[in-house]
Amino acid sequence: MTDGPGHARLEARGVELAYDRRVISAHLDVAVPDGSFTVIIGPNASGKSTLLRGLARLLTPRTGQIVLDGRDIATYRPKEVARRLGLLPQSSLAPDGITVAELVARGRFPHQRLMQPWSAEDDAAVADALAATQTTALSTRPVTELSGGQRQRVWVAMVLAQRTPVVLLDEPTTYLDIAHQIELLELFAHLNREGRTLVAVLHDLNHAARYATHLVAMRDGAIVAEGPPREVITSALVEEVFGLPNVLIEDPVTGGPLIVPLGSAVAPR
Amino acid sequence: MSTIPRVEFGHRRHRIGTAGMHAILRTRSLLVGAGVVAALVVTSVLSLMTGDFSLEAGEVIAVFRGAGEGLAPTVVLEWRLPRVLAAVVLGAALAVSGALFQTLTRNPLASPDILGLSSGAFTGMLLTVLLLGTSWLLVTAGSVLGGAVAGALIYLLALRDGIEGFRFIVVGIAISAMLASANTWMLLQIEVETAMFASAWGAGSLNGVTGPQVLGAGVCVAVLLAACAVLAPGLRQLDLGDDAAAALGLRPGRVQATAVLLGVALVCVATAVVGPVAFIALAAPQIARRAAGTPYLPLTLSALLGGWLLLVSDFVAQHLLPVTLPAGVVTVVLGGAFLVWMIVRELRR
Repeated sequence: MTDGPGHARLEARGVELAYDRRVISAHLDVAVPDGSFTVIIGPNASGKSTLLRGLARLLTPRTGQIVLDGRDIATYRPKEVARRLGLLPQSSLAPDGITVAELVARGRFPHQRLMQPWSAEDDAAVADALAATQTTALSTRPVTELSGGQRQRVWVAMVLAQRTPVVLLDEPTTYLDIAHQIELLELFAHLNREGRTLVAVLHDLNHAARYATHLVAMRDGAIVAEGPPREVITSALVEEVFGLPNVLIEDPVTGGPLIVPLGSAVAPR
Repeated sequence: MSTIPRVEFGHRRHRIGTAGMHAILRTRSLLVGAGVVAALVVTSVLSLMTGDFSLEAGEVIAVFRGAGEGLAPTVVLEWRLPRVLAAVVLGAALAVSGALFQTLTRNPLASPDILGLSSGAFTGMLLTVLLLGTSWLLVTAGSVLGGAVAGALIYLLALRDGIEGFRFIVVGIAISAMLASANTWMLLQIEVETAMFASAWGAGSLNGVTGPQVLGAGVCVAVLLAACAVLAPGLRQLDLGDDAAAALGLRPGRVQATAVLLGVALVCVATAVVGPVAFIALAAPQIARRAAGTPYLPLTLSALLGGWLLLVSDFVAQHLLPVTLPAGVVTVVLGGAFLVWMIVRELRR
């Protein structure tokens, strides 16, 4: 293990992740560095989302354990986990007719008690989450009437209202146009700089290269490489992980790596 | 203390109670609730006034103030009140049961009468009548058991990592159809007199409801509804999808199983007393939700509305039709119309 206990709030130690009889990952050791924006990349069916589900306790590992703040995550009460760790799932349902503020307020569930369903702190958390995602002006609108980009920001606001130090994001930018993708990634980078530890599954390698502070590359349920993007991303690694011939150039904006795929249909210069 | 930023929700919210113990209610829900309670009171008084021995509203009120004269106290408290209370309590039980199943399956068509729980209760009742006897205790136990077995069967057959709404409904409809044919076969096998007794029960009627029955059912329903109130916040989170609900600190499987258990228990208690009454469980939660404009099925309003609907149906069946019919017949007619309207609406979406 590269990091000893205490350096990572969230860790998978020798976990086997499986659905029924289908084993996705036989043996995984991953540590999420504290304060990092960790991005998990890999081709489809490489086990990225499964790992995230395991880390979020949605999937119980068959062997090994997920360790959150020094304790096996299985030993926490569910609401206790939800006060430390938030997750934006790949697909969620917005109840018919729910307004933006009501949906964001649902993120307060782990902090609420039966006889005390709403406190001043709940109000403040929702107001902050709306402000952080620039959705305050939308708060009275029904979620179903919003555009895709606005809707995703509202779901992010719901997770932020949970006020957890660690937030997991499962393909948060999928189905958004490029401008909304960047807008959202900028928001995540900002939240990360403010002190939240983020773990995201992303499909776009160049987005991962630009925004991640820690990169985890997966293939066939195993980790192929991990570390800072500038060290991890090489042309050879991308070809190994994705099977994609490519050239690596310098990102003219950040100076980091930029992957350009090679192809045969379009003649190179 | 710093100023608290106020969040605009798009509707007025009221905190009823203290900071340490309170409920959050919307203006519109409060108004609708008050309206339904008023309607309940008016309809109850009307039901207590009407019958072979007519009373004035003043006479009914006098009875409750302990100043009734002549036959009035007997008529109101012994003849008519059990029936009115049964309608309100059991209508509420059916409505909440419907709200639980509709929330679980995320489908407005899922109600205990469509899922086969009522047919199951009827099967249990018929088997009891056929094999054991017709005392109300036996019939009650038989129908509760029948509904519970049908509920367990649907739950087990439909379960595959959590409950998926559509599979739950399809399995329920299949079980319902099988049980309904078994019921018809049994009715044809038994003696005419027993069959008539069973058929009358099977239509859903408040005829012959007694005080002790209402008391027993009332206690059961009160306990079950209290449990539903505890479950309600978690149940609402399920609307976000199982993953999001779990990520927010819920155990979706456990909440779903508890909701099925409570839903089956509520419908079994109601069916045991009045027989299978259609429509209330299906319609009350949907009407309550539309009236209050909430993004979820409001349990309290569903209960109030369900109680009122069964009371009105029974009133119509007893007094407004040329022949006295079981209340279940009135609710079936209303329910058929409502179901067609719902299906048309779903298909247009």
